[in-house]
Amino acid sequence: MSQYLLAVNHTPADVAAMDALSPEEMQAVFDATGKVNDRMQAEGVWVFAGGLMTHDATTTVDNTGAEPMITDGPFAESKEYLGGFWIIDVPDLDAALAWAAEGSKACANRVEVRPFQEEPGA
Amino acid sequence: MSGAQEAVERIYREEYGRIVASLVRRFGDIDVAEEAAAEALLVAVERWPADGVPPNPGGWLTTTAANRGIDKIRRESHRDAKHQAALMVENPEGHQPTGIVEDDRLRLIFTCCHPALAPEARVAMTLRLLGGLTVAEIAQAFLVPETTMAQRITRAKRKIKDAHIPFRVPDAADLTQRLSAVLAVVYLVFNEGYLASSGDAPIREDLTAEAIRLGRLLRALLPDDPEVAGLLALMLLTESRRTTRVAGGELVPLHEQDRGGWDRALIAEGHALVRESLALNRPGHYQLLAAVNAVHTDAPTASDTDWEQVATLYSQLYAVAPSPVVALNRAIAVAELDGAEVALAEVDRLPLTTYHAWHATRADLLRRLGRSSDARAAYDAAIEATDNEAERAYLRRRRGSLAP
Repeated sequence: MSQYLLAVNHTPADVAAMDALSPEEMQAVFDATGKVNDRMQAEGVWVFAGGLMTHDATTTVDNTGAEPMITDGPFAESKEYLGGFWIIDVPDLDAALAWAAEGSKACANRVEVRPFQEEPGA
Repeated sequence: MSGAQEAVERIYREEYGRIVASLVRRFGDIDVAEEAAAEALLVAVERWPADGVPPNPGGWLTTTAANRGIDKIRRESHRDAKHQAALMVENPEGHQPTGIVEDDRLRLIFTCCHPALAPEARVAMTLRLLGGLTVAEIAQAFLVPETTMAQRITRAKRKIKDAHIPFRVPDAADLTQRLSAVLAVVYLVFNEGYLASSGDAPIREDLTAEAIRLGRLLRALLPDDPEVAGLLALMLLTESRRTTRVAGGELVPLHEQDRGGWDRALIAEGHALVRESLALNRPGHYQLLAAVNAVHTDAPTASDTDWEQVATLYSQLYAVAPSPVVALNRAIAVAELDGAEVALAEVDRLPLTTYHAWHATRADLLRRLGRSSDARAAYDAAIEATDNEAERAYLRRRRGSLAP
């Protein structure tokens, strides 16, 4: 079995589109996403999932120098930010892509699939 | 190179896909499989000229390579026992048969043509692992530096390993879509060879032969899929006309080709495949293109062509795969049925102003309508829009023959 990150990245345009949704439309997205989570748990592939606050709430800590530097905001300006994610444990990429397709439909966004590095000796 | 060594290399090349596919299943690792296959070749080159070619050379090479692979894994003491065991599992994915032929080469084709790989990497991986072409040969065929092609292949292999792209035939639910990606790769290889400019490109001609070989392999592995049969038929019927397609450095259009020079054996095989696939009544893109080619190769002379049938087939194709290029080809048939004026009206509606065939078709229709100066401008635009020297030579001749 291999673990994959299914990352939901948001561009400013995605955020604007989500903000424009009515409460009912927003609830439908939440419900669909919740159903995917339920199915992942029922099939035993779910490791963890979560939605993140926007990058306005981000703080960067850099302790690579003499002392920790704490700054407001993300490290680098980027065109897109991680908005939410799943971590799943499945046999291979085809299984991960199938879950990503379900997740993408449910949360109405693109989903990026990245394999985790293998743990040594795993 | 001695004749004996050439014979060994020819057999090796023929058997390469089967050997590597079997080793990938065995070791679950493409690099280990390729190295083991290369070592088996060295042993064969040394022994066969002296001992004679074994009765089942492919089996011999596979067994020899598998033993070399196992030796190598055992020698590498830095690998821990668990890792070694993982490399030698008989069937790493524990896949349940899905009802179609479980052939290692079929699994490997689906791995090489996986949608998670870049399209140009799919082509390169397929030619390398199933076709047994060297990286240098693939680079030369696609006119890119060898280092570029080597990086492309290395990157694809790393992604297969790191992202755990599986080595198996997709489930029934995904099969149609995934198979169409495989067929697209094979057809791209074919066209890359077929559409290449004439003359000094022997390796590119090899590409058409390689694509047909892959098409035959897919046909043998998936005998019930009509699009697989359709693609093979399309390639055979196109290939049957190859030697008559260029004369004296100039492209010869279908209606001017010497039909006596067409390969009747390929045509007979292609026609049989078209009939068989259409009888399944699941028409698709490749079957319909093959059927158009069957109509053309059925006509003893250009004027015997059943244009009604050609127009109908392009209409069906447009329903399956609507594209302006299909509409353009349909308009060419319409010109024969309803006249150049009707066809020109259809052609002028199409958004294809950067496509040389659109300009060339317009030029021919305008010529037939006696609009020489408009035709001349259209030929100029067509010549401008193509890099193919044989095609330019043909278009220049047509332009030169216009009435003043």
